[in-house]
Amino acid sequence: MAASIQKVGPAIPIQCHAWSSDRQTIAVSHNDKLVELYKQQPGGSWNQTDILDQHDLRVNDIDWAPNTNRIVTCSADRNAYVWVQGADGKWKHTLVLLRINRAATCVRWSPQENKFAVGSGARIISICYLDEEKDWWVAKHIRKPLRSTITTVDWHPNNILLAAGCTDFKVRVFSTYIKEIEPKPSATEWGAKMPFANLMAEFSNSPTGGGWIHAVAFNEEGTRLAWVGHDSSIAVADAPSGMVMMKLKTNLLPFLSLLWIGPNRLLAAGHDCVPVLFHVDSAGKVSQGPKLEEGGNVVEATAAASAKNMFKNKDRLGQELVDSRLGTTHQNQINSMRILEGNKVEARRVSTTAGDGALVIWNLASGALAVKLTALKI
Amino acid sequence: QIYKMAKNTNSTAFRRIDVDKYSEDNYKEDVDNETVTAGPSENEVMSLISQNKQLDALKYVLANSPLGNKNQAVRDAALTLALRVMLSFKTSQIEEAVKQLDYEQRDILMKYIYRGFEVPNEGSSAQLLVWHDKVFNHSGVGSIVRVLTDKKKV
Repeated sequence: MAASIQKVGPAIPIQCHAWSSDRQTIAVSHNDKLVELYKQQPGGSWNQTDILDQHDLRVNDIDWAPNTNRIVTCSADRNAYVWVQGADGKWKHTLVLLRINRAATCVRWSPQENKFAVGSGARIISICYLDEEKDWWVAKHIRKPLRSTITTVDWHPNNILLAAGCTDFKVRVFSTYIKEIEPKPSATEWGAKMPFANLMAEFSNSPTGGGWIHAVAFNEEGTRLAWVGHDSSIAVADAPSGMVMMKLKTNLLPFLSLLWIGPNRLLAAGHDCVPVLFHVDSAGKVSQGPKLEEGGNVVEATAAASAKNMFKNKDRLGQELVDSRLGTTHQNQINSMRILEGNKVEARRVSTTAGDGALVIWNLASGALAVKLTALKI
Repeated sequence: QIYKMAKNTNSTAFRRIDVDKYSEDNYKEDVDNETVTAGPSENEVMSLISQNKQLDALKYVLANSPLGNKNQAVRDAALTLALRVMLSFKTSQIEEAVKQLDYEQRDILMKYIYRGFEVPNEGSSAQLLVWHDKVFNHSGVGSIVRVLTDKKKV
C-alpha cells in the first residue's frame, strides 16, 4: 500500500518529528513539553524507548543530526537543548542560551552539523555553534531586517547560507558565516560577499496579498528556493537566473510543509491533509500535480442510532447524518514532513505527522504513486 | 500668575499618549510605494452595461479595481460599481462569464463577492451566491483563503 499509518503514542496532535540516521527511531512531540523517542519493533509496532523531559513549555521543533547523532529541540520556553546519547544509551542534555525573549519556533542542524539555526517570535534567528574551549553552545543573532516571527528555516548545502520564512510575508536568505569555526566560503549563485547576518536575497510573498510563510526548502544544489504561504500559494525562486521568482496560487487549502523529492519535483502538505505533488520546469514555472491519494469526503455517512439521536443531531449539527471522517488517510492538517528514505534528488519514502496524532509513511516508489510520478510530465 | 519654572509641566496631554503605539515590538508595516489605481469610472461602466456588454464591464471593473487603495471612499465606490455589474447579469449568463476570466480576475471577483455579502439589499445576496458558486467551481477554496489573507483589500 502506498500510505501506511503508524501508531506512535496516543492520538494527540503531533507538533513535529525527526528520524535517527538509521531510521529505526523517531523523535516526536505530542503538543506538550516532552520529546518521546519511539523505536520500531520487528512486528511493525513502535515502542517508546526514551522521554526527553527538560523543557517547561510546548516543544515546537526537533531536529536529529544524522552523522553526529545529536538531537536539538526548541520550545516555547525560549530555550533550546542539545541532546547527546551516552555509551549507556541515555540521552544527556545541554542547555543552549538563545538569548531571546519570545518562544523559539523552529530549529535545523546545518549540513555539516557544526551549527544550528533557531527561529523565534523575538524576530531573531539564533545561529548556535559549539565553543570547543568552553564546551558550550554560543548563540549569534540575526536581526535585521526581520520584522516578525520566523516560522521556518532551511540550510543551503554550503553550510553558510540559511533561508528563513517569516510572518512578515517575506522569505530571506542570510549568511551565517562564523569565522571562528569555518573557512571563508566561496561565492555562490546567491552572492559573493557573505559576512555574518548579511542579507543575500529577499522575496516578498505579498504583491497583492500576504500569507505567512509556513515552510522554505532549498533544492539539492542550493540553486533554487521553494516556499509555501498561507495564501494557498507555492513559489520557487531561481538564483542563477537572476533571483527570478515564480508563484503559483492554488485552489487548495494552505500548505504547512514542503520537501524537494526530485530535481524538479516538490511535495507539499498542509490543511488538505494529503501531500500534493508539484512540478518545476526549467524556466522555474510551478505547476500542480496529483495528490498522493484521492480523498474528497467519505462516501458513507453513519446514520444516527435512534430517532432521538437523529433529531438531536439535526438540532445540534444541522444534519441527521454524522459524517466528520475525511476520505484521506490523515484526519487533520499535516504539519511536518520528512524524507524517510532517499534524498532531495530521489526521495523514495516520505513521512508525515499531523494534528490527528498519526504518523503516515508514503511510499513514492510503490505502484500507484510511481505511475502518478512518471505521468507528471518532465 | 504662571510660574515660569513649571512651564513644561503645565500641560497634562502627556498622560493621554497611547504608549503601546510606540512600543518597539510593534509590527511595522512595509512601506508600499506602489501606485494604486483610482478605481473604475462610473460613466464607462454604465455605458458598457447599457450596451449589453456585461462581460466587458466586468473585466473593466476587475482590471481597474483599486486594490489596497488607502482611501476608503474610492474602494467603496468601486465596490458599488462592481456589484452593479454583477447584478446586471442574468443568472444563466454567470457561468459563461466566469469561464472567460483568468485566475487573477477570479481572485479579485471573489473578494468583491464577499464584500457584496456584507452589504445585502433587495435579493442581491441570492445573485451573489450564484456568482460565488461559479467562481468556487473554478478557483476552489484557494480563492476564498486569499480573500482572507490578502493584505490589499478591495
